[in-house]
Amino acid sequence: MENKVINILMVGVGGQGIILASEILADVFMDAGFDVKKSEVHGMAQRGGSVSTHVRFGPKVFSPLIKEGEVDIFMAFEELEALRYIHCLGPQPTILLNEQRLNPPSVSLGVEDYPEKVAVILSQRAAKIKSIPARDLALKAGDVRAVNAVMLGALYNFLSITENTWNDNLLRRFPPKAQKINLEAFQLGRSA
Amino acid sequence: MTEKRVVLSGNEAIARGAYESGVRVAAAYPGTPSTEILETLNTHKGMHVEWSPNEKVALETGMGAAFGGVRALVVMKHVGVNVAADPLFTLSYTGLRGGLVLVTADDPEMHSSQNEQDNRNYAKFAKVPMLEPSDSQEAKDFTAMAFQLSEKFDTPVMLRTTTRVSHSKSIVLTQEPSPPIAPPKLIKDPMKFVMLPANARRRHPVVEKRLEDLHLFAETFDGNRIEWGNNKIGIITSGISYQYAKEAMPEASFLKLGMVFPLPEKLIRSFASRVEKLFVIEELDPFIEEQVKAMGIEATGKTAFPLCGELTPALVAKGLKGFTPPPLEEISKTLPPRPPIMCPGCPHRGIFSILSKLKLFVTGDIGCYTLGFLPPLSAIDTCVCMGASIGHAMGLDKALGEDALGKVVAVIGDSTFLHSGITGLLNVVYNKGAVTLIILDNRTTAMTGRQDHPGTGFTLQGEEAIQVDLVKLVKALGVKHVKVVNPYQLAVTERVIKREIQRPEPSVIIARAPCVLSRRERAVTGKAFFVSTESCTGCRVCLRLGCPAIEWVKEEGMNGGGKKRKGKAFIDRFLCNGCTLCEQICKWGAIKEKNGE
Repeated sequence: MENKVINILMVGVGGQGIILASEILADVFMDAGFDVKKSEVHGMAQRGGSVSTHVRFGPKVFSPLIKEGEVDIFMAFEELEALRYIHCLGPQPTILLNEQRLNPPSVSLGVEDYPEKVAVILSQRAAKIKSIPARDLALKAGDVRAVNAVMLGALYNFLSITENTWNDNLLRRFPPKAQKINLEAFQLGRSA
Repeated sequence: MTEKRVVLSGNEAIARGAYESGVRVAAAYPGTPSTEILETLNTHKGMHVEWSPNEKVALETGMGAAFGGVRALVVMKHVGVNVAADPLFTLSYTGLRGGLVLVTADDPEMHSSQNEQDNRNYAKFAKVPMLEPSDSQEAKDFTAMAFQLSEKFDTPVMLRTTTRVSHSKSIVLTQEPSPPIAPPKLIKDPMKFVMLPANARRRHPVVEKRLEDLHLFAETFDGNRIEWGNNKIGIITSGISYQYAKEAMPEASFLKLGMVFPLPEKLIRSFASRVEKLFVIEELDPFIEEQVKAMGIEATGKTAFPLCGELTPALVAKGLKGFTPPPLEEISKTLPPRPPIMCPGCPHRGIFSILSKLKLFVTGDIGCYTLGFLPPLSAIDTCVCMGASIGHAMGLDKALGEDALGKVVAVIGDSTFLHSGITGLLNVVYNKGAVTLIILDNRTTAMTGRQDHPGTGFTLQGEEAIQVDLVKLVKALGVKHVKVVNPYQLAVTERVIKREIQRPEPSVIIARAPCVLSRRERAVTGKAFFVSTESCTGCRVCLRLGCPAIEWVKEEGMNGGGKKRKGKAFIDRFLCNGCTLCEQICKWGAIKEKNGE
């Protein structure tokens, strides 16, 4: 069991399934016997906006928000969004980076440029970094929407939580039709 | 009693608390961050749960239920209480029979609001008690306590959350609901419920006496507790600020207030006398700080913690012990922003592209369409509160007269119009305004996540309902010129707008097409369009729609017709849903339904 609070920050773009991933994660930590809190802000537009979700677990958690400079595990679902939160990283962060670029409006309009070499910039700040082609793996599993399950699979390797706890929660969160695809996506994320 | 551990948001926990307390009637108007409370409550049977047309109606409905002896829950966002303030202040005088809890979901930082008013002031102003939870467990527990307090003290009780509590999730122990309280009954008691001056004069002293009793009760209330640490630093705090302060300085002593009005004066004095330095940590207004200082107690508050915006763990650590948060990295400062944006295929996009092209002064309102403010559409010029678009246009007309004719238009959503636009339009007719109003009728309350309203034909509980006929409604108000347009038909819509804004009389254009995310109706084919590389001249006109599905691809060269271009448009086939707007505005016929290349 972890005896200190572990901070996980998930960032990306509305529509990538980040909120659902964070809800599954919160249930997984509760089932594994931890105290857990998670927080994000939603409202305004349905999709396309910048999304960030904080998940914290440990013996006792007070704040649902992570203090800047204290992120232990950084799950970036989108490259540009990853850069927006670099100042939040702790001294020895583990970074999981989905190699996916989604253009914000000003880039689509050709007014601004999408930043280059995101993985390189992040690797200079990481104790461990893992790049994951989550979109390709989700498509391989059978549905582009399973990006979040792939990312959770990649996270599996950095936590000591039993496979059963993960599977129970993945099964509970998805309707029967989508269960097989998401379990497959989770496995692909694990072996990525 | 079976207990279960679940991870719930503050909103879900409030719904759970209301369910466990045997609530029988619940009413609300959707508003971030409060909306999920009624949606969650609606998953339970055996109660009436409704979307009311606005917050005032919601509170009056809740009052009626409570007058009848049942427990009632009324929910709104902070600015909704402004709408409901009229009944609230006199409800404080009448009291009730069944318990009534009014949830105010405040939004420090204005994540999804037009101001960040601190609604703790309402409790003091209306002389009603207010509880403030700091996590989901307390959100559930305090909801149950609020019903008990309401009945014990014959008063409405306000439960205040903030976005961080409403939308954060934490572990909650749930219980089975308690059996329903006394059955509802009609009991005549006009001295209590008819607030004519003579009766109201008798009720006011009752309110003042109740407040004194509540002051005494606050001293021993379970929700107010001291957690002794060292005696160097004492912290008085409540709500989410408590969590940040515990995180920053777990070794300090805490007076954690669950009831933020009225305050327990003896408890505060005794706590303050036993610590060397006293901090008051609260978001927004110095609400507790001012009262503590009025007791003659020295404390540090707003000089150390900001007045504006949300507190964070870093800001609290900074104020308490001089923590310096890591600065934003250079690369993060120059990143392109990713603002919320109208969805691909949104029926509002066509209207705003026309208003933008005509360079009209657009008085706006509250809803998804407020995003029409953002570039490249940049076509909203005012936005203040629900229903204000119509009054703004009326005032401009009366101030500028003929100078405003043909230059101003008001836009309002269907749900917002029914919330508080009807009276504004009635005034335009009555006082002879030359105002043109566009009702953006997407047949849902879109921005808060597609809730039903009197125009959708369904209730929150999923029953079919009589659908208000907007055309007949505005005609009944006296508007003679009413046109219904399909906002996906740009040329026709533009013609109608140009004609109607020239009228020296009230006119209404109803732009009717379902929200592109509607589960019931579809106005778009869902089939993606393509850009012909051959024909695209790189003129960028389609980009002015601000559609997330259209991208600019930099690539100097020539098109098939030998015309020089700096790049070309590209349509993302996963995002495009075939709304046809870009096809209609492309002068080169380069946007096509089928990929011919």
